[in-house]
Amino acid sequence: MKVLVAMSGGVDSSVAAALLQRDGHEVVGVTMKLWGGPSDAGCCSVSDVDDARRVADHLDIDHHTFDFGADFARHVVDPYVGDHQAGRTPNPCIACNRHLKFDRLMERAAALGFEAVATGHHARVTTHADGTRRVARGADRAKDQSYVLHVLDQGALARVRFPVGDRTKAEVRNLARALGLRTADKPDSQDVCFVSATGGRRAFLEPRVALTPGRVVDGDGLVVGRVEAVELVTVGQRRGLGLAGGGEARFAVHADPVAATVTVGSAAELLTAEQAVGGVVWAAGPCSGATLVQCSAHGVPRPGDLVLGGTASDCAGEVTVRWHRPERRVAPGQSVVFYEGDEVVGGGTALSPPAAGGPAPR
Amino acid sequence: MSPGPVLTYLDHAATTPMRPEALDAMLPFLTDRFGNPSGSHRPARAARRAVDDARDVMAEALGCEPGEVVFTSGGTEADNTAVAGALACRPGSVAVAPAAEHQAVLAPVEAAAGRLVGVDGTGRVDHDSLSAALGPDVAVVSVMLANNEVGTVTPLEEVVVLVAEHAPGAVLHTDAVQAFPWLDVAPAAAAAGLVSVSAHKFGGPQGVGALVVRRGVALAPLLRGGGQERDRRSGTSNVAGIVGMAAAARVLQGDRSEVVARVGALRDRLADGLLAAVPGTVETGVGGAWPNRDHKVAGSCHLCFDDVEAEALLFLLDQAGVCASAASSCASGAAEPSHVLAAMGMDRARAGGSLRLSLGWTTTEADVDHALTVVPAAVARLRQARL
Repeated sequence: MKVLVAMSGGVDSSVAAALLQRDGHEVVGVTMKLWGGPSDAGCCSVSDVDDARRVADHLDIDHHTFDFGADFARHVVDPYVGDHQAGRTPNPCIACNRHLKFDRLMERAAALGFEAVATGHHARVTTHADGTRRVARGADRAKDQSYVLHVLDQGALARVRFPVGDRTKAEVRNLARALGLRTADKPDSQDVCFVSATGGRRAFLEPRVALTPGRVVDGDGLVVGRVEAVELVTVGQRRGLGLAGGGEARFAVHADPVAATVTVGSAAELLTAEQAVGGVVWAAGPCSGATLVQCSAHGVPRPGDLVLGGTASDCAGEVTVRWHRPERRVAPGQSVVFYEGDEVVGGGTALSPPAAGGPAPR
Repeated sequence: MSPGPVLTYLDHAATTPMRPEALDAMLPFLTDRFGNPSGSHRPARAARRAVDDARDVMAEALGCEPGEVVFTSGGTEADNTAVAGALACRPGSVAVAPAAEHQAVLAPVEAAAGRLVGVDGTGRVDHDSLSAALGPDVAVVSVMLANNEVGTVTPLEEVVVLVAEHAPGAVLHTDAVQAFPWLDVAPAAAAAGLVSVSAHKFGGPQGVGALVVRRGVALAPLLRGGGQERDRRSGTSNVAGIVGMAAAARVLQGDRSEVVARVGALRDRLADGLLAAVPGTVETGVGGAWPNRDHKVAGSCHLCFDDVEAEALLFLLDQAGVCASAASSCASGAAEPSHVLAAMGMDRARAGGSLRLSLGWTTTEADVDHALTVVPAAVARLRQARL
């Protein structure tokens, strides 16, 4: 089979390419050039492209670089900036997976005659009796990336391969060492590739949007602190809100850049019985009822019931999660992914609570 | 790398195979004739003699005195030296260049806060825009003889008149890197005080080039040190490279007109064939006051295909054994949008489907036949995939 392997320059995609080659596939490596700005992390620096190319050379497979910078700016960076402006906390890696690693790369791969696209994600694809497929958790639970792959539809699932998904990270590294791959001991990338570890989100956003200084109020509307940028406050955040020490711990429960206001509340006020989720995509059709719900990349899945259609009147593509026990509210913009056992059945983006700005529902 | 099909190499503007005479001339200097030409003993003197002989050959080819030839590490160093060296001699001065120059000129011009001027739809400098940018504060004006992407040749006689009129204190530099394989640069660049060439574009080795610095032109060195090249470029001479470059130049001076006639005919067959075979194709660098290919270098076939992504097209061509390029490559090897096409006023969508097929001294009829089969099929396939 002709397989295009997305090689980020990391150990997982290096081994993915090697495994496919070992299985007799016709393998070509590609590194996507996504971000041209300064960065000290992530997937697409020149040195990472070098690593990917040198691994491909070592394996004796062809390697190409595709410049998807314009698509990355449109589908990942611009929405990332816009989400912050609206007081949300986006997850750009998911947008990148959806629009770049899958939509764009798969389209390009098909045009170039490839039957499949492979990545180094720690996840698996399962096939049901009816022929439909699901993303399932990778064998290494600590490294599982099924959460960031919940956007894959049946068309994508039929053509994607995750060659390292049934191995542990330790096995992947051992294999890389045995094959003499230069990426064997390369550290995992952690952060958003276009946000530098030194400057953080602030350094990235400051030249791009006007950041709003704001007041921090409690549930009664009393001003209790100040922040330099409401856009950088994440729901659930405890530090950096300018609150006086002592007393009960307080958390951001709502951030509203338009009103230049961050509302804080107690840990109890951060809890909610329901979580609204928008822009939901399903692996193979809508599901309702009891499910496990994961709200961050390595978060613990919590039980809840899915209710289709949300609570508002205009709620197509919306789902309401009714938690079995109250859970911390999810920062708007974060991905909320639904599992049945190890399989992803769907997911979407956390919405603000309906009573935005007011005290948390109890 | 898999061996793949037979290669049709149509990327001579990126680099062209070495002339066998160049390699033969170099080998002794990579083996037993290893002396450093700056020394005084016999092996050193032998190396020095070889460099001096090479300098004579290059001077003849470039239409200058041997003492006006400065050997460099290639076109980029020659371009950088010309721009930065001229500016350094006049504190507070500025550099001027058309926006379609090679990055090796644009980058030093921009680094010194210079002025970029417009080009017309074929990539040639716009005279009004150039005149407006010139003034007494200008130390250097850099206008390429032949464009590296679209292959259009700019007559320097008109440029030098404008410079003399509006910036009489400025020196004219011309990047003749892409022109040298195809034009007799001696007359073509006679108006320029500074001329850059690069060996690997005309059958010499990579990593060596030359800058003509005409007598009386003030130029500060980029590299300082041991004072080689009459203090204009320090560093131990690349003897083998210099000898190889001169050998290639000597062969080229002998057969250039024959190569131009033969390759020009191949290029016309290729360009005409692709324009006929592929609908929605535009030939670049022709039009307006320059309606035909006579004013492009003979090896240049530059086309834009509607509704095709250059990067995908290059991939398919590579798979089929046809080597080509779209624009200049960035450090990570990805195709960047062409600044040349943008400067020419081409819209982004059309520029995104650009293909540079550049022919050279080894190109054959069979290469053209192969490209005429592979390119239309690849374009059709990509357009089909978009539907």
